[in-house]
Amino acid sequence: MKTTSLERMKEKHGTVCRIEGGHGFKRHLACLGIRMHKKICKVASQPFRGPVVVEVDGKQVAIGRGMCRKIWVEVDEVEE
Amino acid sequence: MKVLLMGNPNVGKSVVFSRLTGVNVVSSNYPGTTVEFTKGMARIKGEKAEIIDVPGTYSLEPTSKAEEVAKDMFVSENPDVIVDVVDATALERNLYLTLQLLEYGVPVVLILNMWDAAHRKGITIDVQALSRTLGIPVVPTVAVTGEGIKELVDTIFEIKNPVHHEPLSDDEKWRYIGEITKNVQKIQHKHPSFLERLEDASIRPLTGGVIALVVVYISFTVVRLMGEGLISVIEPLFTQYYGPVVTHAVEQVFPSGVIHDLLIGSTPDFVESFGLLTTGLFVPFAMVLPYVLSFYVVLGILEDVGYLPRLAVLVDNVMHKVGLHGSSIICMILGLGCNVPGVLSTRILETKRERFIAVTLMAVTIPCMAQNAVIIGLVGRYGSVYLAMVYGTLITVYVVVGVLLNRLLKGESPELFLEIPDYHIPNVQVLLKKTWMRIRGFIMEAIPFVLVGVFIVNVLYILGIIDFLANFFAPVLERVLGLPRDAIVALMIGFLRKDVAIGMLEPLNLLPQQLVVACTVLTLYFPCIATFAVLLRELGVKDTAKAVAVMLVTALTVGMLLRGFLGWVT
Repeated sequence: MKTTSLERMKEKHGTVCRIEGGHGFKRHLACLGIRMHKKICKVASQPFRGPVVVEVDGKQVAIGRGMCRKIWVEVDEVEE
Repeated sequence: MKVLLMGNPNVGKSVVFSRLTGVNVVSSNYPGTTVEFTKGMARIKGEKAEIIDVPGTYSLEPTSKAEEVAKDMFVSENPDVIVDVVDATALERNLYLTLQLLEYGVPVVLILNMWDAAHRKGITIDVQALSRTLGIPVVPTVAVTGEGIKELVDTIFEIKNPVHHEPLSDDEKWRYIGEITKNVQKIQHKHPSFLERLEDASIRPLTGGVIALVVVYISFTVVRLMGEGLISVIEPLFTQYYGPVVTHAVEQVFPSGVIHDLLIGSTPDFVESFGLLTTGLFVPFAMVLPYVLSFYVVLGILEDVGYLPRLAVLVDNVMHKVGLHGSSIICMILGLGCNVPGVLSTRILETKRERFIAVTLMAVTIPCMAQNAVIIGLVGRYGSVYLAMVYGTLITVYVVVGVLLNRLLKGESPELFLEIPDYHIPNVQVLLKKTWMRIRGFIMEAIPFVLVGVFIVNVLYILGIIDFLANFFAPVLERVLGLPRDAIVALMIGFLRKDVAIGMLEPLNLLPQQLVVACTVLTLYFPCIATFAVLLRELGVKDTAKAVAVMLVTALTVGMLLRGFLGWVT
């Protein structure tokens, strides 16, 4: 197991393990399904530091890169 | 009785509202379609009830102006019942707002909307168990087809005293929500459907880019072909049937004179004559309406499928260069239909700075469909090169002004954080209703203004005011923009209606390159009166003044440069 920020995440699947930032930011993320211990799937990542699209609970959310740096994910190293 | 519809964005509140009240409101498949509240009346078992539709919000702590509206309505309206509309395919995250609402001790009915979509996704929710756990009635619904709405009405009528939930901290709420969903919801894994695979493909950079180009190309082509097709049907009706009849009728009563000219003008040409019964009806019905209709059909399909937020993600990068994020592309596309709903839609943007940039860019560079229709009609005659010049200039101005505003205004543009809806196959009835509403809106608002515009032009000519103004503004027009002094009328009427204004260029017999300058300047220099009113309301006096300053400076500079460039080329 290793942790990586959502921005740098190369693997497709992971579990949210840490979210940096204030109370409001965390709530904002949580209301779109991104919270601690949630299984997250990185669907796409736009080039030139564009937004990242993730899927949580079967729903997709687009997140800007700066926010992605504050979301940390635990991934299995075995996965490609 | 007062019933407030609340819920997360894009769960179908507006569709429920339409179902309950019979009042049509625009609904689409993307978060943030509703940015204002709408009130309507419904009869619930013979008792009159006021139903209020508000913008969607994820919590009672607003993060945008649209969410603020929702919060304000919740606080100020003192509703008797709240209908909490929940997306059955995203139960967990929707329940956060539900728990917040329950802490206020207002009677709440929870509806699990898009019940059919949940079923397709393999999601089953134990309705009774959810109702028991929360202590409130729960009704599954499919608002677009009307399923469950009757049960909802019965439930609203029968609702008893509210249950009061003890306030919980955020962490406690989420833990509680986790428990609830674990107990009431079962998700069966299904293989991704074709639509789901298309969802992924249209958001990946490579395939997404290709799909975006195809979608945009098809959209423009369909709008153009449909517009032209409709015109080829409507125009002959005017020239062959309506024209001779109305001319004959008017000439019977007023063989010549002021009233004759006011009604049908002095030339038989429908655009040039500037009579109330000729140009006044020909421009809106035979030139503009065909394009407005085809635009809204195509826009409606894109909205209801749920494509627009994906486009927002793909263009996010580019939009950041002008100080906006991807979501603003949706506002710009709406503005292409009409700037008024376009400006309103900027309420989904998070900061004041972002809204100012979006609104200014829209008012300066985005011509509405009515204006586009007349530009295509007049400029298109000389070939698409000239059309390309007009639109090429507008796009360049968009980028340049955007980059400048982004540099000059203090602050940063916030990042994109956007929920991407599932694709839906549009419901034809909902789509037709929405298109009809928009077309009716166009007819009700545009026609009177067009007629007033035509009337004013005639009066100004008769009183000789036009000559006075033409001479007064001649230096600017002739020397700076290379336009005849009579073009001042068009610029003045442009404040009322841009389509009439561009129509006014017709009798001036401009050279194609002059027409390009005139159309571009007319787009840039000032918003029409309807847009101006919304600007004042949404931005306030000070920021509107700033935006107007940007417009005037841009229009003059660009007009001058364009004239120089075209003079040099030709």
